[in-house]
Amino acid sequence: MSSTATIVTLPDQATARLPKRNYLNNEDGLLSWLLTGDHKRIAMLYLISITFFFFIGGAFAGLIRLELLTPQPDLVAADTYNKFFTMHGIIMVFLFLVPSVPATIGNFLMPIMVGAKDLAFPKINLLSWYLYVLGGILLMAALVLGGVDTGWTFTTPLSTHYLNTHVITAALAIFVAGFSSIFTGLNFIVTIHRMRCPGMTWFRLPLFVWSNYAASLLMVLGTPVLAITLVLVLLERVFGIGVFDPTKGGDPLLFQHLFWFYSHPAVYIMILPGMGVISETISTFSRKRVFGYTAVAFSSVAIALFGFFVWAHHMFIMGISNYSALVFSLLTMLVAVPSAIKIFNWAFTLQKGSITFETPMLYSFGFMGLFTIGGVTGVFLGSLGMDIHLTETYFIVAHFHFVMVGGMLMAFLAGIHFWWPKMTGRMYPESLSKLAAVTTFIGFILTFMPQFILGYLGMPRRYHAYPPEYQVLNVLSTAGATVLGVGYMLPLLYLGWSLKYGAIAGDNPWQATGLEWQIQSPPLTENFIEIPIMDHEAYDYEWLEQKQKNEVTTVG
Amino acid sequence: MGISPVLWQFLVKWLHSSALFPVEASTIAPYTDALYFFLVSVSLVGLIFVTLLIFYFSVRYRRDKHPVAVQVEGSTILEATWTIIPLAIFLVVFVWGGLLYFRIYDPPPNAMNIYVVGKQWMWKAEHPGGQHEINALHIPVGQPVQLTMISQDVFHSFSIPDFRVKREVIPGRYSTVWFQATDPGTYHIFCTQYCGTLHSGMIGEVTAMTPADYKKWLDQSNSGMSLAQNGERLFASMGCNACHSGNAAARGPNLAGVYGSKVTLTDGSQVLVNDAYLRDAILNPSQHVTAGYAPIMPTYQGQISEDGLIDIVEFIKQLQSNYRIQQTFVTADSNQASPTTPSVGSNQDSVKP
Amino acid sequence: MDNTVATEHPHTHETAVHVEHEHIALPQHRHHFETVEQQREAGSFGMWLFLLTEIMFFGGLFFAYLLYRNWYYAAFASASETLSIQIGTANTAILITSGFFMALAVWAAEVRKKKMLVWTLILTTVFGVAFLGFKYDEYHAKWVEHHIPGAHFDIKDFVNPPINPQTHKPIEDPISPDMAQRTQIFFFLYFAMTGMHALHMIIGVGLLFWLIRRAARGDFSAGYVAPIENFGLYWHFVDIIWLFLYPLLYLINRHPMH
Repeated sequence: MSSTATIVTLPDQATARLPKRNYLNNEDGLLSWLLTGDHKRIAMLYLISITFFFFIGGAFAGLIRLELLTPQPDLVAADTYNKFFTMHGIIMVFLFLVPSVPATIGNFLMPIMVGAKDLAFPKINLLSWYLYVLGGILLMAALVLGGVDTGWTFTTPLSTHYLNTHVITAALAIFVAGFSSIFTGLNFIVTIHRMRCPGMTWFRLPLFVWSNYAASLLMVLGTPVLAITLVLVLLERVFGIGVFDPTKGGDPLLFQHLFWFYSHPAVYIMILPGMGVISETISTFSRKRVFGYTAVAFSSVAIALFGFFVWAHHMFIMGISNYSALVFSLLTMLVAVPSAIKIFNWAFTLQKGSITFETPMLYSFGFMGLFTIGGVTGVFLGSLGMDIHLTETYFIVAHFHFVMVGGMLMAFLAGIHFWWPKMTGRMYPESLSKLAAVTTFIGFILTFMPQFILGYLGMPRRYHAYPPEYQVLNVLSTAGATVLGVGYMLPLLYLGWSLKYGAIAGDNPWQATGLEWQIQSPPLTENFIEIPIMDHEAYDYEWLEQKQKNEVTTVG
Repeated sequence: MGISPVLWQFLVKWLHSSALFPVEASTIAPYTDALYFFLVSVSLVGLIFVTLLIFYFSVRYRRDKHPVAVQVEGSTILEATWTIIPLAIFLVVFVWGGLLYFRIYDPPPNAMNIYVVGKQWMWKAEHPGGQHEINALHIPVGQPVQLTMISQDVFHSFSIPDFRVKREVIPGRYSTVWFQATDPGTYHIFCTQYCGTLHSGMIGEVTAMTPADYKKWLDQSNSGMSLAQNGERLFASMGCNACHSGNAAARGPNLAGVYGSKVTLTDGSQVLVNDAYLRDAILNPSQHVTAGYAPIMPTYQGQISEDGLIDIVEFIKQLQSNYRIQQTFVTADSNQASPTTPSVGSNQDSVKP
Repeated sequence: MDNTVATEHPHTHETAVHVEHEHIALPQHRHHFETVEQQREAGSFGMWLFLLTEIMFFGGLFFAYLLYRNWYYAAFASASETLSIQIGTANTAILITSGFFMALAVWAAEVRKKKMLVWTLILTTVFGVAFLGFKYDEYHAKWVEHHIPGAHFDIKDFVNPPINPQTHKPIEDPISPDMAQRTQIFFFLYFAMTGMHALHMIIGVGLLFWLIRRAARGDFSAGYVAPIENFGLYWHFVDIIWLFLYPLLYLINRHPMH
């Protein structure tokens, strides 16, 4: 399948320069960054903070896998191990996955994609970032003060009455970070509704915008429920009232319902923006409009809508009635369908295309394979009788890592590589990045495939020690994690390198459609000198060809 | 199951010997595994199909060989196809899974009951005959066994992977799961709901034995009182017999034979008297007042442990006459204790050992 | 859902010039919006969306209330009786009046009557603060009566209600001790829900001080009414939450005392 063809078109490197005036050099000084209203600068601020927290969360993952090399609890004490997986989960879910694509790529690109000069509420955008940082600081405080060991799911009554770790600090941290998410979603929804440029109808929007719109609906409607749930946990922990305590008449299952009412839509908040990235990359690297644009757009919204009605599939064995279990299982099957539709639409976008295999495309292929596996194993879990055996085991761990890491994280990396030239004006080194992509793919499979088998064998999750017969699979998994770690370190290094030494990218190195590729790289602070008028469909490669034939020079 | 039992056994044994697959040690395990194999097959087919599509298109339409892309809008037929076929498969999976779920969570009427109390960080199993086990469970093969479980503190989850059963063990209410073991042997018990420091230490062993061995074990492990006998003792020491004496003018309803029957409450609703009802009535009596009685029963919340509640529930389950209650009734005047003669069919003690 | 700007700007040149004009004429026009109209609509949409998130936020508490009222109706009914119906009803009237003045303020801003705007905003604040004052009284009463859940909670009023000196009967039907313990859940929800509501009111009052100051300076008397309008939405929302809280908390099973 190797092909030497590439669509990358760079300006003549001997004479090319970064544009004189762009959002990066428009103003100087730390305060100009810390008090900025420019969505692009805020996106970069987010990128730095998210990367920072990702590697902390990743370090915890490494420690977990290190402990699990042996069946005995011999590396760290039990409480310490419990803190490891709690911090890994909280950081990765709330400080990495939820904001990853929306707050970095979404913040940067979305206003440009709709033809606007900024998001609707730039100050609230900045506030979002500060809330995120505050949440992160609070969580780090909890860590430094001794850690928290509730698991990222904060199950009551364990978290309210039976632990004396820093639950309050951690819950406050997530409460604050939740508002960051709400404000981002709010900003996106208003921008998409009210600030599209002339001619930009809903169905001319890039699918990336549709996906982020759907995710924003979830952010805005679901996160407040998490907020109030955390408030109740805090109040119960501080005042001991008993709203979740059965000895005082409360119901611990109430917490489960409230918690999962947010946390299930949360997984769609995490994956939908990634799906949006894949639509963009598959289209660009096939030189073709996404197959079934309308179906993909509507399936994003369908996932968001259905996603609100399946939360109790996290509670099938917890004592909900058999009949309500049936209802939630049926709805879970329904919510799986739009994701399947997307996979097929993306696959058929390749048909009759003109395909090249640059790094974003490699990550996209990785996404399609791994997300398919993750998604079908979700169907395993949505099937009631099957779930009884599989729930609370490593099967679940494997399932969500396949969709979140094999899916979402791959999509995030695809997006970062795809839009890196636009955001920084520089290209990353292609061979090294291809190597990193392949490394992560191999490392990922080696890490998480054995965990499906462990799950069926019955190995429970969150176990510090395990029966010796599970060791071989655990060792394989840890070996894979090492490879995976290397795969994730590489982009950090070469992307950093490219900021100074990367090739000058020019406006449109990928020859892509989309408004963002018609302006300079990096963009001006105001994005457009004058607001564009959209007179063609999304992914209109014929329009692009016409334009390239007619144009003389493009400065931005 | 559509494939010959011999082939099936062979498949499962082969998988198990590779240490990649659990044994099937219960009657329900083959059903679970059948669904699993179906799901794995369907997933493999789907995955291979998608992978082949990607590979084929990538090779056939790579830029070297196909420099100009053909813009295709879409195809309603294809959209309909790959909506309907996955949906149909998912619905089949839904129905199959639902049936399996009901099979696993609806116990047969002849299941023998064992109580399990989970607490940080151990499992306590209590056989009706009074045998107590910690982190262990002895059961006979070929006999449906129902576990009635409750937690003393936080959420736990009782899992026997080789039987393919698992159920959350919740503070404040009973949860049940049943199974029937098929092969003598020992199998893992795990706690699968994170419950604090020694979550991974909350493990044990199920020992499935032939009925003869099981009987021997029961006799050997009997440490004295059965659960019901202990319950009878508690019933008296906590003063329950003062109101629930079985007399006509008693302040509390007659409990003989009440288990399994339907009673009418003061608000007119009818409830089935099962384990959960009895436990709840002891802890929250004001919500379970039988019609015709005053709401004067005090709550025993905080005064009795889950073990004690299990003992009393067992006692009431077995109660057929109030003879022994009235025997233990303490009264100042001997003529105020008027024992009724034991009811029909119980020449022996009304409480079984 | 269609694009609101499309009709107004046929040519790019005119767009640029049009924007310039708008920019000079109106100081509140943020540069990333094409027109003031777009800005105003975006702001309003944003506020409505924010209120939707607030509904979801309070929703969790309402759901918990729904569950426990269903389970412990007798406790909820008895506990509800101990709340002061007089203060509750007065507060409801006060808050509605406050909302009325806020609506007048929005109108005053739209017709550019600066003095009226300032006065109606002040009255809104006064009534809002009055509400909070009465709320404090109620909380204090609960403290004195040992009805605050936790260590000092006392169920004696529910198990042995005080005797009415005139009729010589208990003022309330007594409830059993375990049901009386459940009244703690009612009071917890009472404090959580009215407390969360009061927090939103305090934030609102703070914003009102800021708005009054700016209104007095004339910021909102020249056509720029978006902050007043959007705050009005917020204030009315807080009012509506109270209109749900009042019957749910105060009116469960009100009846004359025995």
